Amino acid sequence: MNDPAAENLDLLAPSTDELAELEASITELHLLLERRAQDAHMLDLAYTTVDSPVGSLLLAASDRGLVRVAYAVEDHDAVLETLSQRISARILRAPRRLDTVAAELEQYFAGTRRAFDVPLDPSLSSGFRRLVQQHLPDIAYGSTETYKEVAALVGNPQAVRAVGSACATNPLPVVVPCHRVLRSDGSLGGYIGGLAAKAALLELESAGAGVSPAARPGV
Amino acid sequence: MNTKQPFEKIVAAHGTTVLRVCRAVLGVHDADDAWSETFLSALKAYPELPPDANVEAWLVTIAHRKAIDVTRQRGRQPVAVGELPERVSVGSSALTGGAGDDSTDPHDRVALWQAVGALPDKQRQAVAYHYLGGLPFAEVAELLGGSVEAARRASSDGVKALRRVYSHEQSGGHPSSRTKGQKP
Repeated sequence: MNDPAAENLDLLAPSTDELAELEASITELHLLLERRAQDAHMLDLAYTTVDSPVGSLLLAASDRGLVRVAYAVEDHDAVLETLSQRISARILRAPRRLDTVAAELEQYFAGTRRAFDVPLDPSLSSGFRRLVQQHLPDIAYGSTETYKEVAALVGNPQAVRAVGSACATNPLPVVVPCHRVLRSDGSLGGYIGGLAAKAALLELESAGAGVSPAARPGV
Repeated sequence: MNTKQPFEKIVAAHGTTVLRVCRAVLGVHDADDAWSETFLSALKAYPELPPDANVEAWLVTIAHRKAIDVTRQRGRQPVAVGELPERVSVGSSALTGGAGDDSTDPHDRVALWQAVGALPDKQRQAVAYHYLGGLPFAEVAELLGGSVEAARRASSDGVKALRRVYSHEQSGGHPSSRTKGQKP
């Protein structure tokens, strides 16, 4: 049996102009869908992408807070699929929920912000990893700790390797500063966004660390 | 693959198809409402959709129910008219193939959508769900009531009527085609 749908594609297939118009309509309808899904509490995860000096960053938030920051090298599509499986498939590109964190990241990369002030959703971490990741924001802007020091500070001095994997699996890089943890010999160790990104963040912070934000122009 | 795509991917992959189905069934003005209701309802039910389900058929089925709701709210029978979307008709040549542009699209989209709107309800719905929405005739029959054969016939009669409009258009013999593409 032949396929009658294929047979008529020529007649009903949208023209180039119609496709452009449909796309514009879908863009408007998508905005409305974002708002209505949010109002109806059906938007389990909202995401957007922002440009930064360390490449495009994917930002995703539940209604509890920021749940994931991902570098482009992690493959944003793959990250979204993982979020879909681990948290919820009710995901929309809906930048509004990420407005605050996007603005804070912009300030951070401009050197005018030293700490992040947004609610975090720790859903993607558990156990010892979560404990380590919760300690990381205590490492001051512009300073670093070693994996060994972090292990001691979270009360488990033997767990140096586990601290390493906790940093490597940090779901909220940049915002939760795993880039401030180095090897005991001062070398960078690893980083989820690549070593160049880790070095860039440390350099940014060392440039800004000596100056208090209040003393910086425009703040 | 047994994993469920993020819902955003579903909107990106099927949003256009569902909007065209809604436009064909309801006309351009009510289509936006039906599209919104369809995707909001789909988002709600999405976690329960089996991973191997035919997502597009599922969406088209929801769109059919939402089109009925929209029609009821308007308190009238479904009337699809071949009007242009407002956002198109103002200063844009989309759908019309353009006023004097070098578009290679040989079809007169306005005439086509007018012709779709002029079809009897059953034919218009059968064409929309089968040819635009990709639903098999068995599922079209379930939505519209009646036999699979009746759905197939309604759909093929509808396409025949559209082809007649087209052959007029292509030969330039239809009076309405002369108004297209003229600059005001």
